[in-house]
Amino acid sequence: MKRRSLMTTVAALAVMMGSLGAASAQDVLKFGAAAPKTGPLAGGADVTHWPAVRLWVEQTNAAGGLQLADGPALIELIEYDDQTNPQQAIQAAQRMATQDRVDFMVAPYSTGLNLAAAPIFSQLGYPQITGSNVTNQQPELSAQFPGMFFVLGRTSVMAEDTAQVLVDLRESGDIGNRVALVNVADAFGIEMAGISRAVLEENGFEIVYQTSYPLGTQDIAPIIDGAKAANPDAFIAWSYPGDTFALTDQAIVQDFSPSVFFTAVATAFPSYYGRFGQQAEGVMGMGGVNPDDPAFQAFASAHEELSGQGPDFWASASTYATLEILGQAIEATGSRDRAVVMEYLQDSSNSYETVLGPVQFNDMNDNERYWTVGQWQDGVFRGVAARGRDGVSDVVLKDGWD
Amino acid sequence: MFFILITGLLLGGTYALIAMGLNLQYGVARIMNLANGEMLVAGGFAAFWVYTAGQVSPIAALIVVAPLAFMVNWLIYRIMLRPLVKRAKSRGALEVDSILATFGLSFALVGIMSWMFGGGYFNYSYLAQRVDIFGSSYGQNRVVAFSIASLIAAGLWLWLSYTRAGLRMRAVAVSPESARLVGIDVTAVSALAFGLGGAVTATGGALISMFFTLDASVGVLFTMKALIIVIMGGVGDIRGTIVAALILGIAETFVARVIDPGLTLAAAYVLFLGILLFRPQGLFGKKPT
Repeated sequence: MKRRSLMTTVAALAVMMGSLGAASAQDVLKFGAAAPKTGPLAGGADVTHWPAVRLWVEQTNAAGGLQLADGPALIELIEYDDQTNPQQAIQAAQRMATQDRVDFMVAPYSTGLNLAAAPIFSQLGYPQITGSNVTNQQPELSAQFPGMFFVLGRTSVMAEDTAQVLVDLRESGDIGNRVALVNVADAFGIEMAGISRAVLEENGFEIVYQTSYPLGTQDIAPIIDGAKAANPDAFIAWSYPGDTFALTDQAIVQDFSPSVFFTAVATAFPSYYGRFGQQAEGVMGMGGVNPDDPAFQAFASAHEELSGQGPDFWASASTYATLEILGQAIEATGSRDRAVVMEYLQDSSNSYETVLGPVQFNDMNDNERYWTVGQWQDGVFRGVAARGRDGVSDVVLKDGWD
Repeated sequence: MFFILITGLLLGGTYALIAMGLNLQYGVARIMNLANGEMLVAGGFAAFWVYTAGQVSPIAALIVVAPLAFMVNWLIYRIMLRPLVKRAKSRGALEVDSILATFGLSFALVGIMSWMFGGGYFNYSYLAQRVDIFGSSYGQNRVVAFSIASLIAAGLWLWLSYTRAGLRMRAVAVSPESARLVGIDVTAVSALAFGLGGAVTATGGALISMFFTLDASVGVLFTMKALIIVIMGGVGDIRGTIVAALILGIAETFVARVIDPGLTLAAAYVLFLGILLFRPQGLFGKKPT
């Protein structure tokens, strides 16, 4: 008898808990996120992607969640490791949609994984607002995948603006005509080097040294030796994190100090300045921010507080902005219905307030206002070239390493 | 010319650090250890950690890193790999089993390291000043790593050639079955070789971390390099690994500087292919009887 009553109590409790669970389930929006936690891009995602995503979720929940038509809903974040593997990224998206039944998905990290996941996002009907994806195929991609949005910018524009920095410096008589151009031999490096070479040659620059090196190369001494022997005024490297560090390290060791020293991905990481300190002063790279903007400052200090590290000075903010955009679209429609939210996002008359400043998508789902070139100045990676953003700083010449 | 030679030697020294440990593990203990690269990264992380937490030089850290890695690897052999050795009916069967087991181990190690240190990039600045040799500048940290690699290589070779323990080790490398017949405790010698190999690899990792940017997942790149070098040099002879590492270092540097840096991998694999074609047992390997 006693046992039965106990069982009944337990059962009743279970039912109550169940109904409680069901009641609170209505107030939860499930967000799924798959991005690298292992594999070649894990290091980059650990700086740029995950902290920004978690920060937005935490801040949104602290503020009471997102306001839907039927009341506020807290965000539940479900994370998967895609192992930097396109196949895994696709499987994770499928799993999140069918098993976890997430309401929305965070776009993956990096250009390659976003391209790989685009068909499955599109097929499952999830908006894919990308914040760490630079490409030049916005017209084709947005035609094929109308739910894919681009916040970070276009490769051609970034390569053009980098070349334009050199043109401006030459106009003002600060540098000569000689450029050394190197790139990592993958889709990103080859495309960027191709565009910047064309723009530089168009503007009468002489490419005195050009080469590429395989992905993963960190023994870079021969490249710096070759570039140094060509005696260039500017050194442009379309590089990835490991080689960005190695190129800078070798340039310091071999005392190769052209007036312009540009390395690409990871130059904007706080750990770049952490590694090279004063010697990083004057180094240029992709991206940049306006560090005087209070919105960025607030983002940076919250980022530091949550993850113990500052944001990078490029794609961290745009990754965060992708979620601000998604959140604002959800709140504006008051709906968890993806089709409704998608329609709102596709309406190019809508605009969003983000840490980057106002963002609006054109009819190719493309954000046309972003930072293109940054430079380390007094310990901060300041934007020195941008499209449609305020607070552009002046370029300074690099004056040796020591 | 001097630049190519010296840069190549420095790179070769790095490669020797990556591969010597695997040679001991594969040559003597007969374990094709695919978690070799992860052990190297773990050594690098340990050096990073003591350097950033306590400003202890990565070279001084070797006093702790090497014995610790020895113990961990010795235990891995005794607990995880010994059962495989015991049940294997042939060398081929052991190779398949050990490849699968250590492949799994490599994933586990990546997971443990990401959990402990996070997935981010790790590097620090130590001895990153220049040192001039024959008119060109090189990183002090690379020169120091090369010197220590030379010491380790010379020490290992002398030990293997002129001590009783080294003799036992070579005997097991040549034939574990016959070694047992003359009273050598093959299990103990294999465990010792595996532990020692792990210690050498972790030492290499600690030294390489002075000039490489590492992350928890990067180990597989080192494993690939080590495999090529060990097979090129010949299994079970430490001299082969050292010579192969130096040849590879100089060849890659030559190709990168004189022809095109994009062709370094191609050069490495052409060398590898050539050796497989004309000397399949490796530079110093013995022909199977």
